[in-house]
Amino acid sequence: METLLNEVFVAKVEDLPEKIGKTTVVGDLELAIFKLDNGKVHAIENRCPHKGGVLAEGLVSGEHVFCPMHDWKISVKNGKVQEPDVGCVQTFEVAIKNEEVYVLLPE
Amino acid sequence: MAKQKLVLIGNGMAGIRAIEEVLKLSPEKFEITVFGSEPYPNYNRIELSKVLQGDTKIDDITLNSWQWYEENDILLYPGETVTVIDKDRQRIYTDKDRQVDFDKLIIATGSVPFMLPLPGADKDGVTAFRDIKDCENMMDCANQYKKAVVIGGGLLGLEAARGLLNLGMKVDVVHIADYLMERQLDKTAGKMLQSELEEQGMNFLLEKQSAEITGQDRVEGLKFKDGEEIEADLVVMAVGIRPNISLAKESGIPVNRGIIVNDYLETQVPNIFAVGECAEHREMVYGLVAPLYQQGKEMALKICELEGEGYEGSVLSTQLKVSGVDVFSTGKINEDEGTKSIKVFDDWKGIYKKVLIDDGKITGAVLFGDTKDGNRLLSLINKEAPIEEYTDTDGADAAGTNLVAEMPDEEIICGCNGVTKGTIVESINSQGLSTVEQVKGCTNASRSCGGCKSLVSELLEHTLGDEFDQNHKESICACTTLSKEEVVEEIKAKGLTHTKEVMNVLGWESEEGCSKCKPALNYYLGMLNPKEYQDEKQSRFVNERLHANIQKDGTYSVVPRMYGGVTNSNDLRKIADVADKYEVKLIKVTGGQRLDLLGVQKEDLPQIWSELDMPSGSAYAKGLRTVKTCVGADFCRFGTQDSIGLGVRLEKKFEGLNTPHKVKMSVSACPRNCAEGSVKDIGVVGLDGEFEIYVGGNGGTHMRKAELLSKVKTEEEVIDTSAAFLQYYREDANYLERTSAWVERVGLDQIKSVLSDKKTFIDLNHRMNEALSVLKDPWKEALEDQNILKDLYQNVKVPSGSH
Repeated sequence: METLLNEVFVAKVEDLPEKIGKTTVVGDLELAIFKLDNGKVHAIENRCPHKGGVLAEGLVSGEHVFCPMHDWKISVKNGKVQEPDVGCVQTFEVAIKNEEVYVLLPE
Repeated sequence: MAKQKLVLIGNGMAGIRAIEEVLKLSPEKFEITVFGSEPYPNYNRIELSKVLQGDTKIDDITLNSWQWYEENDILLYPGETVTVIDKDRQRIYTDKDRQVDFDKLIIATGSVPFMLPLPGADKDGVTAFRDIKDCENMMDCANQYKKAVVIGGGLLGLEAARGLLNLGMKVDVVHIADYLMERQLDKTAGKMLQSELEEQGMNFLLEKQSAEITGQDRVEGLKFKDGEEIEADLVVMAVGIRPNISLAKESGIPVNRGIIVNDYLETQVPNIFAVGECAEHREMVYGLVAPLYQQGKEMALKICELEGEGYEGSVLSTQLKVSGVDVFSTGKINEDEGTKSIKVFDDWKGIYKKVLIDDGKITGAVLFGDTKDGNRLLSLINKEAPIEEYTDTDGADAAGTNLVAEMPDEEIICGCNGVTKGTIVESINSQGLSTVEQVKGCTNASRSCGGCKSLVSELLEHTLGDEFDQNHKESICACTTLSKEEVVEEIKAKGLTHTKEVMNVLGWESEEGCSKCKPALNYYLGMLNPKEYQDEKQSRFVNERLHANIQKDGTYSVVPRMYGGVTNSNDLRKIADVADKYEVKLIKVTGGQRLDLLGVQKEDLPQIWSELDMPSGSAYAKGLRTVKTCVGADFCRFGTQDSIGLGVRLEKKFEGLNTPHKVKMSVSACPRNCAEGSVKDIGVVGLDGEFEIYVGGNGGTHMRKAELLSKVKTEEEVIDTSAAFLQYYREDANYLERTSAWVERVGLDQIKSVLSDKKTFIDLNHRMNEALSVLKDPWKEALEDQNILKDLYQNVKVPSGSH
């Protein structure tokens, strides 16, 4: 089945803090948006699969975020939980146009 | 203020050691210039015999490299000799026509070898054994010639002889007395030594007086007064040394056998000091390294105008550094009337031990074959211990490990450098040391004569226990193999200023670190350089970044500060109003006597703080949380001290401080200890007329009862002692190590001994005040900074329907 994506404006690139997550609420959806050292921006679901910790408040190291609740390590790129823990969080595609950050959300 | 000019004449062990002490005490006070006649940096003369014996290279015996002089801004003139001291103008002149003014002058010209005035003593192939040049000379000689004669059967002569044997020469040792090392050994030990060395291949000619050195240009033989003659291609004179006082004497500085100095190593001329082998103190001239170092320490205090106790002379001990032979002697060697002795003589195993006793006190010892007890005997003599202290735990059967276990922490292990057991154990523990070399590098122990090497090794074994062989070292996280101490050292040495730089420069395995090292590095950097360091928000855990406690549902809790647990109706009213307005889910009295407002949304935090208009309670911080207090003198019928008042003072002083982990304090006004000081990081208990300060308590996961750190009389002393303790903890503990674990790891005795040093105590207080001077209330800071508010507290809300 084809899923239609909707481009949603989140913030200007310059308004996002570096290496600190930004909680972003779109309707019922809560995202954690990360602007990394390399300038890339990633968006993942703002809940750790473990006990629902808010990932936007985690410590960011490289392309990973450490959940503030119990220190699970999660890739902000592909949402994969790193060993020894298992699981994954949903990721969302991000597009940057004219220095503005858009997240592609399912319709 | 302009720096004073400090000039040192003599680039040897005594002088440079004194300079090191000066640098330790007052690194900025002096502009230092050093003159040395030898063209080398400072080296370890004692180890020359090891070079000659082939165990060590000349490079390895350098004590202070060229780089050291540079790093410490010391102007060194190697290969340049001072020829005149103008004591009135305070100026020196050198053989290179240089003149240098001084405010303070140290003469450390050491000694010169005594050359027997024999006919023929000026021939080629006659040498002393004193410096690198002599050593090289002897090694060259061994390449071309076969037969060496050493005149002198003392310590130096025997070490030279052993070296020459190693270089493949045949060696005769000529000695005037009837047994070897007669100054340090008794006849029994001397004879045992002789037979041991004969087995190694030395030949001895005792009770022989040299008369003439024969040969054309080069030495060919040695003639004795009794007419006998032996062949020789090389003659080494090792009959003794005499203080090198010619410069001082010619310059009008009073001398006797050496340059006369008082207990502060001052000569009789103002601003001119003398130290080491050239100095004569209470009619004694010392030729061993330990006394020189002790002198250097006292002199440095005087030069830096600090209080010292003065030098009072040293008890000598000697250890022969000849491979395969263990000889030790200290204090009195030979019995006289009234001396009693304990003797053990095992001819079969080649062990001899003699301990001398005068008036029930140990006054000297000679050990041969088994020298394990040497250092212990030396320290017993130094503290004038009764013989029972030795016999009751007779070391003869006790293994070395037990011996070191029994030693008190303040016992000196390395006499040369004054390093105590406590210092070594502490370094082993805190710096993860596992080899003697590392201990040497960190503490200076066994850096000089090496006589204490076996003790250091036993101490390593004793301290590390099962880990001894495993070279165990704890790194700060999986991103690096470096320990906390190594990282801190590197930050200091390389002047690193932010976490990423530390990771890059120190070769972190992961580029950006992890949740363990990032906050730790952020802490260490801030601890080391509180004034300049820019705290990194992204390296802080959420609680500390947002200054509120995150709850399991992602809401936060807010704890306003309530100094000493005291509040008033106004504050309570404000708290109640805020709780209503922001629909706080729960108000709870915390374990630390405060009010916690739970269930607050992140975005409401700034507004709540603003309306509360109270300082942050730091209930989320790795820092001082609260100071719990009892009611105390004003209301309680038992209270003897103003516990609330002192608690408030402590809390106001340390509020906002960063520490390796959370810190809780309490003040109780009587021994009932109602504020539960036994489970606090610092628990103060007020008694009638004094305060007890307990530390290292914990009521949490690592349940631990606090131990008594000290008793003091005044509130000021409570505050200063707490500050010193906290600062030492800040500097020494690993990040996330509670005081309870830290106190257990380093030991309360170690902490007490660090704090008991007056200078250290004051320095710790200074550094604490520096750290406190830059602190701001985090809530206020957040409210005043729009960027912080936006980056950290505001969420992005995309209006519904926009997609």
